[in-house]
Amino acid sequence: MITPQSQPELRPLGIDGVLVRFARTLTEAANARAIGFCERVKSAEITGVTEVASSLVSVRVGFDPQLTNRATIEDAIQRLLTSEQAADNEPKRLWRIPAAFGPDFAPQLHEVATLAGLTPAQAIAEIEATTVRVIAIGFAPGQPYLGMLPPAWDVPRQSTLTDSLPRGALICAVRQLIVWAADAPTGWRHIGQTAFRVYLPDAPTPFAFEPGDAVQFSAVSDSEFRDIQANTDTNGGATCEVLR
Amino acid sequence: MAELSIISAGNGLTVQDLGRPGWKAQGLSTGGAADPLALLEAAALLGSAPTQAVIEMMGFGGRFSVSEGTRFALTGAAMEADVDGVRIIPNTTSFLPAGATLTIGAAKAGVYGYVAFAGGITTPKIMDSRAAHLTAGIGKRLQAGDTLPLGTDPDRMRAPQRLRAEDRFGGGVVRIMPGPQTDFFDQNARDAFTGTTFHRSPRGNRQGIRLDQTGAEFGAKDGLNHVSDLIVPGDIQITGAGVPYVLLAECQTIGGYPRIGSVIPADLPKIAQAAPGTPLQFQFLTLEEADATTQSQATKLRQLTQLCQPMVRDPHDIADLLRYQLISGATRGDDLEGS
Repeated sequence: MITPQSQPELRPLGIDGVLVRFARTLTEAANARAIGFCERVKSAEITGVTEVASSLVSVRVGFDPQLTNRATIEDAIQRLLTSEQAADNEPKRLWRIPAAFGPDFAPQLHEVATLAGLTPAQAIAEIEATTVRVIAIGFAPGQPYLGMLPPAWDVPRQSTLTDSLPRGALICAVRQLIVWAADAPTGWRHIGQTAFRVYLPDAPTPFAFEPGDAVQFSAVSDSEFRDIQANTDTNGGATCEVLR
Repeated sequence: MAELSIISAGNGLTVQDLGRPGWKAQGLSTGGAADPLALLEAAALLGSAPTQAVIEMMGFGGRFSVSEGTRFALTGAAMEADVDGVRIIPNTTSFLPAGATLTIGAAKAGVYGYVAFAGGITTPKIMDSRAAHLTAGIGKRLQAGDTLPLGTDPDRMRAPQRLRAEDRFGGGVVRIMPGPQTDFFDQNARDAFTGTTFHRSPRGNRQGIRLDQTGAEFGAKDGLNHVSDLIVPGDIQITGAGVPYVLLAECQTIGGYPRIGSVIPADLPKIAQAAPGTPLQFQFLTLEEADATTQSQATKLRQLTQLCQPMVRDPHDIADLLRYQLISGATRGDDLEGS
């Protein structure tokens, strides 16, 4: 079904890039449009386009100014937008990732559950029951922004920053989860722990996720989790199912 | 295989090249040299490929030796340097004999100095680049005792060259272009921004630098309440009431702070090379003016190569002038004829 859609904004982002912005606030619809449009630009194989990246609500089309120019790229973008279809929003892959939510691995779960009006057990159950999507990748290599959790989870970032978190930490804010991969302070709260590496620089395929991937977390006990951590044959016990 | 030995090292030494473009979608910024112009200058001087890897030195150099003699060049920030006590002039090609010690000291102007060897550093590539990207867990800070594989100098006898480097070490006016969030700032805020002289804060690294000022406060219309979006090196985030943070090569790929504009690539080395305290001002170009400044690295390298000149030592540059026997070569005046 094609629904009426707002006209995206085209803006410069660097002398070799055009940003196509579908909304100024995050909605699932704008995110789906951004991810869908990113795929369409890639498959259009526009002359001079170097790299295409999507974010929460936008797509950057990078180009080589030696091979093309801004006006030509903007025309090509406008033509693709004119024929924009309702975004095909079905995931191509489903990840299942074990996570520990026990006291050793989830220092702020209780706090977030309280802010969301849930008990910790209910909070874990809601995380397990929600299939989240990779709505963006970034900040750190391979790091996914996962959304959206139910509305009760619209918990703001904390005002004080946590200096550092273990890699694979499951952190939460504004109805989103992140499998943490950065070496930086963050205002998001630490509510669980995975042993999943989203990024392996030396691997033939260094990055696990693609935008649009579906992700489910399954709760394991802290002792099961320690076994998963100790087993280096798998990437944190995660599985990836190709759906189509 | 020739080898480069790090005898001692300042704490900001990494292997760098022009970075690894093409991974923004996966959250990995291009990275590479903080001042890529310095790599092109080195390539022009040495006649080498601009893709070769060099050592980037933030603020302070180190001591180095090689197992095979090779030409090398120092570019970027001006750093005192000598080979076994004989002074080395920046932006020239010099020869480092096997076993001799190249000593590079503190930056006297600028921040990032580079030492490039004619055969390049030949560490294994990760995702098509040798550049350390420390926040992404690629590569490492170099330390005393490290050895690195070095390509053989393909042309040891090539005549020495010199190049007058573009001065980008004293700050000044930096040209910026509008970006996706420039109109999040009203005209008053933009005027306050371009009317302010900032000073490079001591806080800064390869991800970006903070700018300090004591005057105007300005910010985006809706404060900090914006959806995170894609960012590129050169972007100027306004993080508090008038505190800009300019992103550099190793920046993150998505950011939530509002961005008033973006430094054009041609002027970004001025930001990277601004030492703490250096004054900086910003001037908006129109989009058309900014796009017109585009220049490929290949074109720039050709220009720099044409600017290289055979090296004739200026007596002012010869620290040990009195050691030279300046008159021992006196001739009758006609005995070079026919010799």
